Amino acid sequence: MKLVKSLIATAATLALSGAALADITIGVILPLTGPASGLGIPVNNQIKLWPTSIGGEKVKVIVLDDGTDPTTGIKDAKRFVTEDKVDVIVGSVATPVAIPVAGIAAEAETVQIMLSPAELPPGKDMWTFRMPQSNTVMATAVVGHMKKQGVKTVGFLGYTDAYGESWLRDFTPIAEKNGIKIIAAERFARSDTSVTAQALKLVAANPDAMLIVASGSGAAMPHKAIVERDFKGKIYQTHAAASRDLMRVGGKDVEGAYVVSGPAVVAEQLPDSHPSKKIALSYVAQYEKAYGAGSRNQFAAHGYDAFLVLEKAVPVALKKAKPGTKEFRAALRDALEGMGRTVVAHGVLNWTKEDHWGYTPETGVMLKVVNGDWKVE
Amino acid sequence: MDSTIFSILLLDGMTNGAVYALLGLATVLVFSVTRVIFIPQGEFVAYGALTLAIFQTGQVPGTVWLLLIMAVLAAVLDARLSWLHSGNAAKAAKAGLRTLLIPAVIALVSLWAAPQNFPLLVQAALTVAIVTSFGPLVYRLAYQSLADASSLVLLIVSVGVHFAMTGLGLLFFGAEGFRNPSFWDMRVSLGGLAIKGQAIIIFMVSLALIVLLWQFFSRTLYGKALQATAVNRLGARLMGISTIGAGQATFAMAALIGALSGLLIGPTTTVFYDSGFLIGLKGFVAAVMGGLQSYPLAAVGAIFVGLVEAFGSFWASAFKEVIVFTLVLPILLWRSMAGGHDEEH
Repeated sequence: MKLVKSLIATAATLALSGAALADITIGVILPLTGPASGLGIPVNNQIKLWPTSIGGEKVKVIVLDDGTDPTTGIKDAKRFVTEDKVDVIVGSVATPVAIPVAGIAAEAETVQIMLSPAELPPGKDMWTFRMPQSNTVMATAVVGHMKKQGVKTVGFLGYTDAYGESWLRDFTPIAEKNGIKIIAAERFARSDTSVTAQALKLVAANPDAMLIVASGSGAAMPHKAIVERDFKGKIYQTHAAASRDLMRVGGKDVEGAYVVSGPAVVAEQLPDSHPSKKIALSYVAQYEKAYGAGSRNQFAAHGYDAFLVLEKAVPVALKKAKPGTKEFRAALRDALEGMGRTVVAHGVLNWTKEDHWGYTPETGVMLKVVNGDWKVE
Repeated sequence: MDSTIFSILLLDGMTNGAVYALLGLATVLVFSVTRVIFIPQGEFVAYGALTLAIFQTGQVPGTVWLLLIMAVLAAVLDARLSWLHSGNAAKAAKAGLRTLLIPAVIALVSLWAAPQNFPLLVQAALTVAIVTSFGPLVYRLAYQSLADASSLVLLIVSVGVHFAMTGLGLLFFGAEGFRNPSFWDMRVSLGGLAIKGQAIIIFMVSLALIVLLWQFFSRTLYGKALQATAVNRLGARLMGISTIGAGQATFAMAALIGALSGLLIGPTTTVFYDSGFLIGLKGFVAAVMGGLQSYPLAAVGAIFVGLVEAFGSFWASAFKEVIVFTLVLPILLWRSMAGGHDEEH
């Protein structure tokens, strides 16, 4: 009995002291296992490099694995809002997980900084702010480049998941407005042993260019399959493929590929006038110092940017309320909506009440694979 | 669809089908001897392809450490068992060492060989040795003490082993995929059809293994002894067949087939730590077509799955997986209607 009493006493003291310290708690949901772990692991690496305080307040970061499984993601998010009482949820990188997490965040009136470009129904993204560029922003860059290259017809080869489908949906109207037609659309899965059949059908349609929508090293296999079928036109890849794994696995077959990307991965090659150059350079420096030269990637940069926007918004919110309260969470949301033009490693953000996407349309940078390295077009 | 496209699809489907056939055979083999539906069969494929990929980078694959750990665990279990039986310490130590010896030698050779950048074939041989030694160890650790349990219990254990192996794969190889160099960089053009050396190797190896297995089980005494354990464990033991030895030998063969399949597909596609599961599942579909007992039927089924997949991807790529796995339903129905009487239990 005595033991129980003293335990209760200790617990009470702990709880009290916890409240008194009023740390800012960040709950992170990432796919550290499962098909999207190639995206989640780099972000987690970046989170390990996060500073330990914002505006003089200590930051407590809790990272949970969602296993690229929406159900686990929902469980994680529920734990964050009910048990840990987090001030902000970061994640997930996997679109199928990020969408249901947004629902929980909105219900609990907690800000979600989403690391995936997920579409939400109108009015459902009140509490959700997205770090990645929208597919529309990236598709605009791709279409602009295609138009300059005289491309009139496009073949589409994409993942049979939310990423592939949303690219097709966002790309089609922008392309059609610019006189580019999608004449064939085929799907594949990352774990497929062969995409020969899809490549055959696409090459038979004879488009001017191919658009491959896949991520990381998964983008190399369809690329090789299309090259093997003697396709002579241009091949485009999306920003999820903008990592060195594309060249590592694809080898000389991906030579000459056009890849759309955020500015962060090509920091050194950006013109000095580019607003993101300085921040992109510092992202690359700190990440590659910890994980080795050439380890930079699109997704870790989103993790870096997430902390940058919090560093800007949290002090504003701190003036209005204490962390751990409902008022603080609301103040944080207002601060993010009102923070104005914010330069991050991946471009220039400007979130408003109506727009939780925020990147300006010229954010997408076209890269070309030349001698196994990126070159800004 | 013209004849060129048709023949390319045919070749593509047959090539994948040949790999599925190998895995289907392994599934039939394991089931017919131990009654285990071996879901992690595909994991051996991924382990094989990725272990070779890590050797290619000049590093020590994590599978080598796993092999050591598992061998030590199995050795301790074997020593304990022998101690309980005989109460003789020397005998117990000997039993443990016997289990430990081969995996330990393979692991040490791998540790020494990894940084030396040996030719591809040497690394491939090492990879096969490593992955094959996983077979008996997996049997020892996960299945041996449950060998008399029902098929359902064994299936549940299989699911557990599958998750454990996939998770360890992520730990060892990382989330990104690898593509291995081709064993034979040859291309023959036959009209519009380009046949690659790797495809020829896949066909040859698959065919050779299928014939070997078939002959082994129908012609040799040991093969028949293995089948006898499947039909009646107790009876086999009374006839002097070691059921434990049979189980371990079967799992070694299954792991060997898995490792070879991994080496075969490694150069034709990007292999991820979790790629093995779907490949193994397609092998399983093929095995089901063979009623989990007929090798030639399983092989035919595998080629059929490969072809359906190739043509399915051509006509409706978004529904490819749906088409392949929906195939199982009518076949299961037909098998359970037609083959309900040859159950031995």
